Amino acid sequence: MDTLYSIETPEGVSLDLKLAGPVVRCGAWLIDVMIRSAVYLPALLMIALTGKIGIAVFMIVLFLMEWFYPVVFELLWGATPGKRALGLKVVHTNGTPVRWQASMIRNLLRSADFLPLFYGFGVVAMLCSSRFQRLGDLAAGTLVVHYQKTRINLSPSEVTALQPPVTLSLQQRQAIMAFAERHTALSNDRALELAEHLASWHPESEIDPVKRVLGYARWYSEASSKTVIGDIS
Amino acid sequence: MIKQSQFQQQHQSTWNQCDDLLDRLELLKKSKRPDASELLKLPDLYSDLCQQLAIAQSRCYSPGLIEYLHNLTLRFHDHLYRREFRLGNTLLSFLTTDFPCTLRMHRRIFTLACLMFFGTMLVVGVLCYSYPDLIYSIMDDEQIATMEYMYNPAQNHVLGRTQKHEATSRVLMFGFYIRNNTGIGFQTFAGGILAGIGTAFYLIYNGLILGAVSGYLTQLGYGTPFWSFVSGHSAFELTAIAISGCAGLLLAKAILLPGNQTRREALRIEAHSAVILISGAALLFLAAAAVEGFWSPTAGIPVHVKYAVGAMLWMLLISYLVFSGRNHHAN
Repeated sequence: MDTLYSIETPEGVSLDLKLAGPVVRCGAWLIDVMIRSAVYLPALLMIALTGKIGIAVFMIVLFLMEWFYPVVFELLWGATPGKRALGLKVVHTNGTPVRWQASMIRNLLRSADFLPLFYGFGVVAMLCSSRFQRLGDLAAGTLVVHYQKTRINLSPSEVTALQPPVTLSLQQRQAIMAFAERHTALSNDRALELAEHLASWHPESEIDPVKRVLGYARWYSEASSKTVIGDIS
Repeated sequence: MIKQSQFQQQHQSTWNQCDDLLDRLELLKKSKRPDASELLKLPDLYSDLCQQLAIAQSRCYSPGLIEYLHNLTLRFHDHLYRREFRLGNTLLSFLTTDFPCTLRMHRRIFTLACLMFFGTMLVVGVLCYSYPDLIYSIMDDEQIATMEYMYNPAQNHVLGRTQKHEATSRVLMFGFYIRNNTGIGFQTFAGGILAGIGTAFYLIYNGLILGAVSGYLTQLGYGTPFWSFVSGHSAFELTAIAISGCAGLLLAKAILLPGNQTRREALRIEAHSAVILISGAALLFLAAAAVEGFWSPTAGIPVHVKYAVGAMLWMLLISYLVFSGRNHHAN
């Protein structure tokens, strides 16, 4: 997939980062704008109460929020609150967490990305770059990626294991097992459609195709070694 | 080849342990984070995890399992390849070595930025001094009137010459200078990525305005109030603008003259120096705002004391930028 970006770690495994596109990043930016506005309101109230000192503090708050709000949160969490809310994160192009230099570069250059109107240059740069990098990201060597914790969900199905009638390739087996993991998230019709397709090499069976594919999946994941030997012979 | 369920049974407890450790590492509260003996286990756990991920991938185990291991490994990778950030140490070595050394490393670009900024200022200043009417093509009538009013030696409530300038308005001006001037510096830097057009614009434009104002006021005979106000913070502020420009021009150089690297790579390398320069410039802007807010408008100080302080600050700043960090050996 072209929204995956592969990095190879020193341990020799390659890890795939899911790049975040312009739309979701715009959403994160809007959340951040709202958060910042929410801070300005009490600050404005404070001005009314404290006069000139208040204005001075407000100016400094404004300055810090304009330029350093993203930097502070990127150093703390790897993402601004808006990005965090949408499961995004800023990393270096080698996949390591962003450091202060890169964070400063990408956020100071934000003002160039913002030109001529509403991130005009930024969006153009993102669409031209193969990794959705705006100008600030290009200079800083950073990426914005999707970042979620996944919990393993491999609850054993209720279906009885069923030995497939023919030997399948590893990729075919993997497709069957992926179906078993995902079928609860699919509508019944869609599940049936996919299952019919997956079991198409043995269409004349009278068992429901969905159950049949789930049965194969279970057989592949937990058949005892005895059956495996039987299979080979 | 063992089946997926056996593989899972074998390793599930390790994965749970990893999960738990990572969850606790990501906590904000320090007291609940893993202690040293647990942290020592991380590298081994991580290399086991990498191996198990590779096995799961090559045996085509189910995509769900592979994704789970993949994300666990990615989270681990995040923590193992993280560098600790200590503000105190970073700031100290930044000020004593990184900043002045980086600036000296790029002295040719810095000279170019100075030429664009101070050069314009000098030329326009001399022009406005000799042909005062020129000011009307640079600034509008209202701005000129305000400026004349502010620095008129006959007026008694001028900037920096009366007691009316009480403490609170100084704080106010301090806040204003921080936001306004540092913002200009940052924009000067950011303009560099647009092939230097933005940087050149800000350097020349600011040089033009500053030159015009000082040339015009001096020929009007308002020189004393003007120069005595400006002399204190001029060292920090003008140098900071030139350094911001230098940082912007570095980005422009990477784009226009990348040498034998790709533009992307050249940009990444130059940006690394540029960010050090712009951070240093930001600190200089902060110093300038403090001087401009609290020292420059102080009334009742003889003019030559103000000039002497201004000259001293210039000398201090120049010798800091020229000599600091010279005996530092890169390690």
